Formats: sequence, C-alpha cells, structure tokens
Amino acid sequence: MHSAISLSLSSPSPITRSSAASSTAPRSLRFCGLRREAFGAGASPDASSLRLARFNSRSQHFNLNGVLAALKGNGAPSSGGFDYDLVIIGAGVGGHGAALHAVEKGLKTAIIEGDVVGGTCVNRGCVPSKALLAVSGRMRELQNEQHMKSFGLQVAAAGYDRQKVADHANNLASKIRGNLTNSMKALGVDILTGFGTILGPQKLKFGKGDSGDKIITAKDIIVATGSVPLVPKGIEVDGKTVITSDHALKLEFVPQWIAIVGSGYIGLEFSDVYTALGSEVTFVEALDQIMPGFDPEIGKLAQRVLVNPRKIDSYTGVFASKITPAKDGKPVQIELIDAKTKEPKETLEVDAALIATGRAPFTKGLGLENINVQTQRGFVPVDERMRVIDANGKLVPHLYCIGDANGKMMLAHAASAQGISVVEQVTGNDHVLNHLSIPAACFTHPEISMVGLTEPQAREKAEKEGFEVSIAKTSFKANTKALAENEGEGMAKLIYRPDNGEILGVHIFGLHAADLIHEASNAIAMGTRIQDIKFAVHAHPTLSEVLDELFKSAKVKLSASKTVAEPVPV
Amino acid sequence: MASLSFSSAVSSSTPFLRPSAFLLRPRSTRLPLVRAKIREIFMPALSSTMTEGKIVSWVKSEGDVLSKGEAVVVVESDKADMDVETFYDGILAAIVVNEGETAPVGAAIGILAETEGEIAEAKAKAAAQSSSAPAAPPPEVEKPAPVAPKAEAPAPVAAASPATPGKVVATPFAKKLAKQHKVDISELVGTGPFGRVTPEDVEKAAGITPAPKANVVVAAAPAALAASPPKAPASYPDIPGSKIVPFTTMQAAVSRNMLESLAVPTFRVGYPIATDALDALYKKVKSKGVTMTALLAKAAAMALVQHPVVNATCKDGKSFTYNSNVNIAVAVAMDDGLITPVLQDADKLDLYLLSKKWKELVEKARAKQLQPQEYNSGTFTLSNLGMFGVDRFDAILPPGQGAIMAVGASKPTVVADKEGFFTVKNQMLVNVTADHRIIYGADLAAFLQTFTKIVQNPESLTM
Repeated sequence: MHSAISLSLSSPSPITRSSAASSTAPRSLRFCGLRREAFGAGASPDASSLRLARFNSRSQHFNLNGVLAALKGNGAPSSGGFDYDLVIIGAGVGGHGAALHAVEKGLKTAIIEGDVVGGTCVNRGCVPSKALLAVSGRMRELQNEQHMKSFGLQVAAAGYDRQKVADHANNLASKIRGNLTNSMKALGVDILTGFGTILGPQKLKFGKGDSGDKIITAKDIIVATGSVPLVPKGIEVDGKTVITSDHALKLEFVPQWIAIVGSGYIGLEFSDVYTALGSEVTFVEALDQIMPGFDPEIGKLAQRVLVNPRKIDSYTGVFASKITPAKDGKPVQIELIDAKTKEPKETLEVDAALIATGRAPFTKGLGLENINVQTQRGFVPVDERMRVIDANGKLVPHLYCIGDANGKMMLAHAASAQGISVVEQVTGNDHVLNHLSIPAACFTHPEISMVGLTEPQAREKAEKEGFEVSIAKTSFKANTKALAENEGEGMAKLIYRPDNGEILGVHIFGLHAADLIHEASNAIAMGTRIQDIKFAVHAHPTLSEVLDELFKSAKVKLSASKTVAEPVPV
Repeated sequence: MASLSFSSAVSSSTPFLRPSAFLLRPRSTRLPLVRAKIREIFMPALSSTMTEGKIVSWVKSEGDVLSKGEAVVVVESDKADMDVETFYDGILAAIVVNEGETAPVGAAIGILAETEGEIAEAKAKAAAQSSSAPAAPPPEVEKPAPVAPKAEAPAPVAAASPATPGKVVATPFAKKLAKQHKVDISELVGTGPFGRVTPEDVEKAAGITPAPKANVVVAAAPAALAASPPKAPASYPDIPGSKIVPFTTMQAAVSRNMLESLAVPTFRVGYPIATDALDALYKKVKSKGVTMTALLAKAAAMALVQHPVVNATCKDGKSFTYNSNVNIAVAVAMDDGLITPVLQDADKLDLYLLSKKWKELVEKARAKQLQPQEYNSGTFTLSNLGMFGVDRFDAILPPGQGAIMAVGASKPTVVADKEGFFTVKNQMLVNVTADHRIIYGADLAAFLQTFTKIVQNPESLTM
C-alpha cells in the first residue's frame, strides 16, 4: 500500500501496456487483478512482488473524467465521425456494468436490447432465484422444530402460499430491472430496442430484423448477448412438467417429486427450494459424483448437509437420453443410459423434471459471419482481453465479447468485470482481468462460496511449476456468531503457498458463505499475502472471524521477504 | 436423547479409550463360538476432550466387504468431522448407531463379521445391543444379507433400487426410510400416484405412525422411546383374575418422568435435623395460616440462594444451567396420582404470602385447574411424607431439576451431645437426591448444613 502511494506521486504517466510496464516500471507497480506470475510461467519470489494496481492509474483519471462526464454528459462521440464511442449488444448485467463504466470514462454509449433489460440474471436467473431461496431458507428454519426449540421458540406448522412466493420472485425481478434501466437512463446511456447485428467492422444495425432497422457506427463494439438454458437433445421441454430454470423460477407448480438433471449450482439451488417446499428430489448427474466442480472436500461436506438428510436421492454416471413430459395420464418418463457405455439403465417416473445441465451461449443472428468469426460450440472466441478472434486466429479490431457469450466464466459479476476491463482498454489503460479473483457462490442453506483454485487444481499446478501447496481449515463450530445462530455446520478452507504466502483459493461452506468470500477474493485481486492480511482486524463476534482464523492458522515460511519491524542500529 | 439409550450398553462393556482412530475389540470370551470372529466397531475418541460422537455418515453399508485401512464411517467430534477406518478385514454385518445419532466414546456403533456365515449372528448381536432399532424384524435375519463383491464400490442408490422386472417405483424419501427401517421396498404395494411407494407406505410397513415432522432423524428417536416400554410387560407371567386399568394422563406423565429419571446419575445424602425450634415457631405462626410446608419451602429456598448449584439443572449433559429464580415444587398426593405445584420465587416471598400462595395452589390442584407454569416451573422439589409417620425415605429426581428433598417425620429422639449427655430432642431425617453430573457430595453437604442452620434457628424465616 505504501509503495503504491509513492508510485502515484512519482510517476504521473498512465500505464499503457503491461508488457512494457513490467520491463520499465518500478517494482512497486500494481495492476488491479492482473494475475501475477504464480499463475503464469517462471515464478520467482522476487518478481512476485511486482504487484499491480489500477487504483492509482485510475485515481489519476478520475477527477478529469468526472469533469468530462459532467460537461459532455453522454453527448457527443469524441472521435472519428462515429455515431457512438461504444455500442454494447445486450443489456444484461455485463452490458450494464460496461455501459456505466463507459459513461464514467466519458464515452458516448449506446446499449441494444432485444428482450428486457437485465438479461438472464435479473429476469430468469440469480435475482428471482434468490427470492425463492429466501423463502426456502425461512421455510427450512421454521420446519426444523429442533432448531426452533433450541432457541426456545415455538412455531406451529409452517405453510406457504405458492402464488405469493412466485409473486415475490417476480416482483423482485421487476424491481431490479427498473433499477437497472433507471441507472442507465440517468447517466444518459442510449437504450436502443431491437436485435443487434454486426454488419462489418465498427458498423451494426438494430431493430426487429425488417426494413425498419437502423444502421449505426461505433468506434468499439462489445457483444454481451449472454446465454439460454441448455437442453440436451432427446429432451422435450413442455414448460409444464419438463422445465428449465426459466420456467421453474415462475414456480407455477410444486411437484411432489421432481427430477433435477444436472447437480451443479443451479440444480443444487433448486433442490434447496423444492425440498423446502415439500417436494422430493432425484438428481440425475452424468459425472461420477454429484456436485462436480466444487472443491472435493467442500462437496463432500455439502453433500452431507444439503443432500443426505434431505428427501433427495441421486443417480450418477448416467445421461438422461430421453425425457417425455407427462401426458395421457402418464407421469414424466426419464430414460437413463450409462454415461460411458451408453447402455440403457433404467427409466424413472416422476412428476416433473428440471433441466439444469448448464447454459448455451446466445450468439445466433449476431452477424458474426460478416466479420469472419466462427463460434466454437456457440461461444465467441476471445483472447484474455476479451478481444474477438476471427476464423484465421487474428484479432478483430474494435470488437469485444464479454459474459456468457464468450464462455470464460459464466457468472453475472464476471461479465460485468469483463465489461469494465474492456472499457478500461478502449480508454487507453491496458487491463487484464484475473478470473481467478472472481468469486462464485451457491445460495443453498447454508451457502457455498469459492474463489481461485480447488485443491486438486492447485496441486496439479504446483506439481507443474514446482512449488509447495498447503491447506488451512477452520470450522464454523468454533465461531461465536455462528453458534449464536445455532448454525455451527460449516468450514472454510484456504489453499496457499507456504513459501510466499500467496492465496491460491478459498472455499467456504457455511452460514452466509457467499458474503464472506469477498475478503479472500479481494485479497487475491489485490495480491495481498497471508502474512499481511492476517493482521487485519475483524469485529467480534462476527462470521468474518472464520476467515480471520483461517488466515491466522496458515503457516507461511517467511524467510525471503522479511520486513524490518523496528529500526535497528547497524 | 439418542445417546442415553446407549448408556446401558456402555456401562456393561467398560469402554477403554484409546486416543487414536478406530477401536475394534474381539467380543467377550463368554461365548467361545464366536470369539474373535465378530468384532464390535467402537466410537473412537478423536480428541482428548471428546466424550461422545455423532455419526455423520456411514461410508459403507451393511453387507459391504471392508478391508483393513478403508474408511468406514464419518464421525463428528466436538471439533471436526473425521473419516474413521477399520483395522480389520471383514464384512460390515450391522450398523448399530445410525447416521445422525450420537454415541458415547467406546460404545459399539457397528458390528463387523469375519465371514459371511457370521452375519446373521452378528445381526442378532446388534439387535440385542441396539435399543434404538426396534423396527428391525427378527425374520429378516433368516435371509443372509447380500454381500457386495469386493471390487464394487458401494453405491447406496443402486442397492436401494434393484432393476427387477415387476418394477417398483419409490420416492427418494421412501427409499431413505426403507433403508433406515430395514423395510424391503419390493414387497410393498405403493399407494402414491402411479402406484409408487410413498414415505407413508414405508412407515406403515415399519409399524411407525407417520410423524408430521420433516426431520427423519428426530422422528426416529421418539418412536424408539415409545416402542421400548411395551416390551417389558411381555415377560411377566399372567396371573388369573388380574385387571388392567390404563394410566390416566397424569399417571402416564408420572410414568414417563420416572422412566426418564433413570437416565440421570443420582446419589443421596441424608442429614438429621433437630426441629424443636422449628416446632416452637410453627406453633406460634400456625394461627396466622402458616403451614409446615411453607416453613420448609421457605427454609429450603433461603438455603438454595446460598447454594445456587443445588438449584441448577443439567440439561444436555455438558453444562450447568443456573436458574435465576428459586421455585420450590412441592409434591402433592392426589386421588389418581401426584402433582407438584410450584411456589415461585419462594426466596423472595415472605412466609405469610407463601402460605397464602400455597393454599391457592393446593385448591387449584384439587380442582385440576393448575396452569402448566404452576406445576412445571420448579427448580427444586420438596416431598414430605412426615405427616404419615414415615421417618425416612428416598425420592426420585424429577427430570429437569438438580435435586429433590425428602423430609421424614419429626420424632422425639435420644441424642447425645458433645459432653456425652443424653437428651431427648425432636429430630427429623432429611434425604436429598441430586444429579451428580452437576451437584457433588460436598455441595449437598454444604447445602444441608445451611438448611439445618436455618431450621434450627428459624427466626430468619419470619423476616
């Protein structure tokens, strides 16, 4: 921190290219979120102290931009006879984040949306699902007589009104959608209605695809068209008994027994909702274990808490090769085949099936062929700066793709961060987003959250690059606040390098884990080491002390970077 | 609660605590046939402070083949969850303590058989040991449990749903219940939609009245409790001409409380108390409506204030619950049972108010109009059979309290003083029963000394 401040005083010139900077800039230089060498090649403890901070470069521009924005608003494009400085296709969370940052940077910005502002997250994803999970969390608590009794509370049988639960989710989505729209309008972002199609370099049209389409030009274009639920072939979605998350979030009915195809975080969150509302759940998972993708230890614990004691069973290592909706007095039929041998295994008969097998990019009709870009399984290929790569492997100038459409990390906040990164680049600041600093969360009860690498990933990397990996763990059982809430179930796990104190990954399972992860993700983004963060103070008694204890329990062998604590006469 | 049901098993098998992983001890040599072939799997001590552990999950299912060093069960200690592995090869014949249940360190949680042939025997052993699995029907033992081939990874799901021709569809929760209660789903007729087996069908087959609760584990525990008492009468011979009168609600409550009291380790301390001064005081204040009960309750309350531990409760076997009020429950015999009206804040009310309050309570008790807080809020109980001429007796500690005082009759007694002179004094014997988890001998002795001082110098009672 100290050194970072001295930089902004001593070197007023903005940082342009990281490659140039790393050779000439002082060692205390910091770029925000740029992955340090631990994840690149040729690690050495010395070079790793080259930290990156956008902090400074940004603060230099900030005043200037504030003035610019105030003077120009989102008025005139700054250069070259374009209609806009920046046009974003898709007004989801990624496009919104990019638009806001672009205006702050003084760019004349437009955003094209063919459906509703807010995209998947706000309308059919994270936002309404949080409303349903808020309900399920309370139901779960009220139904747990033991839990209530331990507080000395007496609760009569808890019940719910399905329509009102559904309304809550819907109202939340419209409220957030309104907020998003207003925030863009207030800043003067032009919201253009219709589907956007790229016609050529720096040129696109928008409209309903008929003669009324308008053609506009832009200095830079960001594609942020997002994704739709992926429905594997053989599955017939009728929107009633065989549904995707789009339908499930409307909560039109609560089946007695629902099969959830896919046990990733979407499936897991829905299992939490449905079991709290009284359904029984069967997971169908193609991989050998449910909850793939989580750190194995966390997954194991989560399974003990979130799956085993609930009315859930599972079939693993199987594909749902064919799913037929309920009709003619027959229940939903799910034909299972072995994931490896493809041999038929058995047929499930359930009341409903939710397809939660993942999401497919929504990139059709974008006009990518006009600029010689070929999608890969629908995803738009990009480099680490979100610059679109064409069929010949060359960068397409002035065209970027962020969010689910590029498939790098299909999370709303990742899309937004990518958008901000792109705006930084087009306004002259080189910026590479460190995806390993982006946290992810699953909002079950209790929650699961993670940032960085899982233990197997870290070990593989360590093996390859020849460093040591250590693990530290703490339990929610030892946390005062968690115990006061009678929610002692949970753990936090830290994966780190004992040689230099670098945080490689943090995984939390427990009460409010999703809110707790940011101390770790910020530390990774800022390059804060364990030996530094362990001196940070946490209010007592709070859940954040779980992380405090986690950092304190890590054993960093600090022989290399010793600091002189006190002046020593020499 | 679940841990209590194991206490008998533990005390009979004298657990020895080894600090590390997994305890497998050959069965007692009294049955030479099965020596060293059937082993008990014990709750390990995972930390120095651990006294009991909760079974988080069984990694292996009954019938699985175990090899040395394999993880068998996950145990939650006071600090963490740990995988526990076996030191022996064998077959997991029976699970004694189910997932979610708790057992003290050293208690048998499962039975390991060396060969397939011993499984039935091991199961019988498990059934004898497990008071928590009343639903396990003996006929099942006849069929040898299927033994999974060694190479096959245990997949609970696959095992629970055999792909049989006459397909039986059971819901996830029904399958879980069936596994827990050892019900064969393929023999059930489903009553759910599309003929599927519902959780209710399984519960019916297992002989459980469906609990409205969602929590499986909790639902199982009361069922076990309810099922155990009826077992006992079966062993009594029928005497011709006997008449069976079912318990009234009050009697049932007494019975339940008495059974529950068995789970508490109690001990008794007696004390002789001279009552001449008390008797004299009683004569003086009797006309003002003061009863002996009120005098004793007041004296006990004043002594309890000085000895809060005797007024405490042990709720969970892990802690003291110090009660902020001194509420003296007094046992009152009724036509069809017994009730304990409570003199709340007996230390704070004066003798006359206390006597008045007592009169009201007794009247209400007679009319069966006592409100729950008027008979279940006691922190200490007083029982006085002295009026029937009983000179000493021993009371059973009511659940939820730390101590109960049994007061005998005050009788002229020949006593010798320090100098060896004999005199005749009125003396009563007081006997206190207490929960030794929280109240120790010296605590009770000190409390009785204070109580005696108050009774023998009763002026303070009227203040």
